Amino acid sequence: MSSNPPTDGIHLADEFLDRSTPASRARDILLRYPALSPAIVLVIAVIIFGALNSNFLAPNNLSLIAQQVAIVGTVAAAQTIIILTAGIDLSVGAAMVFASMVMAQLAATAGGLPAVIALFIGFVVAMATGALNGLLVTRLKLPPFIATLGTLNIFVALTLLYSGGQTVIGADLPALLTWTGQAIEIGGVRVTTGVLIMVAVYIALAFMLGRTAWGRHVYAVGDDKDAARLAGIRVDRVLMSVYIAAGAILAIAAWLQIGRSNAAGPNAAADINLDSITAVVIGGTSLFGGRGIIWGTLLGALIVGVFRNGLSLAGVDTLYQTLAVGVLVIAAVSVDHWIRKAN
Amino acid sequence: MGDIIMKAERLVKTYGRVVGLDGVNFELHRGEVLAVVGDNGAGKSTLIKCLTGAEVPNDGTIEFEGSPVRISRTQDARDLGIETVYQSLAVSPALDVASNLFLGREVRRPGVLGSVFRMMDTKGMRERARQELSELGITTLQDVTVPVENLSGGQRQAVAVARAAAFGSKVVFLDEPTAALGVRETNQVLDLIRRLKDNGVSVVLISHNMPQVFDVADRIHIQRLGKRAGVVTPESHSMTDVVAIMTGAAAA
Repeated sequence: MSSNPPTDGIHLADEFLDRSTPASRARDILLRYPALSPAIVLVIAVIIFGALNSNFLAPNNLSLIAQQVAIVGTVAAAQTIIILTAGIDLSVGAAMVFASMVMAQLAATAGGLPAVIALFIGFVVAMATGALNGLLVTRLKLPPFIATLGTLNIFVALTLLYSGGQTVIGADLPALLTWTGQAIEIGGVRVTTGVLIMVAVYIALAFMLGRTAWGRHVYAVGDDKDAARLAGIRVDRVLMSVYIAAGAILAIAAWLQIGRSNAAGPNAAADINLDSITAVVIGGTSLFGGRGIIWGTLLGALIVGVFRNGLSLAGVDTLYQTLAVGVLVIAAVSVDHWIRKAN
Repeated sequence: MGDIIMKAERLVKTYGRVVGLDGVNFELHRGEVLAVVGDNGAGKSTLIKCLTGAEVPNDGTIEFEGSPVRISRTQDARDLGIETVYQSLAVSPALDVASNLFLGREVRRPGVLGSVFRMMDTKGMRERARQELSELGITTLQDVTVPVENLSGGQRQAVAVARAAAFGSKVVFLDEPTAALGVRETNQVLDLIRRLKDNGVSVVLISHNMPQVFDVADRIHIQRLGKRAGVVTPESHSMTDVVAIMTGAAAA
């Protein structure tokens, strides 16, 4: 032991420095800070769209973007924790709409339940949908893609059966359920409570993922399941908790959806499944699991919102907005591959 | 030599129609270094996995400190004071060195932050990780905040060995712990094994390296065709004898 040269560490560091190139250093930085590239993209997009159209940076427009992003942003938060475990959830949109119909119908029908109870039951239902996905993944060992493809159809059908295809309009809803659509003024900017709730979801998740053992286990399970198991982590328990937590977040999204559209319809938010995955991917979270941070997803959702809004303000056809989002997704995944190639 | 700390009888483990362990007996004394040697496919790793909760044997009994135990998860083994370095290392590449050392046994912050908000004591764990590494004499890991995937194969192995050595209070299993290591790191691990022994910890070492085995082992468990072919000591048998028993050319 005593024969070890004391300069060991410096020696190793030298070796590292010798081999690094500007590209590999950039890669290392992006690997360590996965939210960096979406942050750069967002800043550049905001600058460009602000230059193209002076209305873009108007407080009212920014407030509109925030409102447009709130629901998909919340759903994408749920999607993120599932993708971090190397899973994917195709049923998020269907589960959210199902929960929103349960909340709305229970509260709206004549002699309906008190709003708080309806909201609570909506949460229970959404968490049950998560638990079902979790059971299929942990007990039946189904690949998450297949399991949630199945439950996607089941939840869509359940929603239509339960609602009879009927939309519940805002006038029939208690104030609590549409509260998330209400605007409040903060420093001259109108913000809906829904936007604030979404931000709260992100703060809570950032804390849980970054500061608690649960979060660390989520990463470890997504990174290498077998290593996590051998390190004493109860992999199935972690996976179940992730799917159920995702369900709870989807219930919040359902609540935001009711407030934003001032109604609850069985055919709402048809694109939200893929939009949520888009936000996660653009946000730098790896679809292979174990890598990414929750703030990246918020940035990803904002990027999509900013692109759509900015392009339409610039007078670009909606089809080109979709095209732009497609290019963004491919660029984001390419960057992810390039970063991981380092290892 | 001390009393028996861990004992297994007639362990059987099959994978479909493949027999991994065919009724193995195993004894480990307190404070000894026991080497497990055998040809490829003799069941060395399977034996270690069954004794540490990575696999559950189909049949057989395990006793720890005199009482029968069921080790069905690695956490069960950890709770008994048994730590393991698996051949696969079982480290999480995206997590940093400190996170890996404390993976599955994270320390929480004192007070409300820890009990109600379940907040980890990240700083404290990093501090302790640094301390443990320097106490173990592992100098190749300077920065405990580096993700394990940025480390070399030898450094990764050092992380896995350090984790086992730091937390293994009674028994440490090492499955080929020096496979990816250079000469100097190998000697460090061998020193570590001796130090664990000096502290009264029993060490089980799987190795292909006969000189290494004869260097540190008190006894040698020879595994052949899913069974224990014999137990010898470096004093009673030569390396050639051990190889002969391993390959079936001689009986123990």
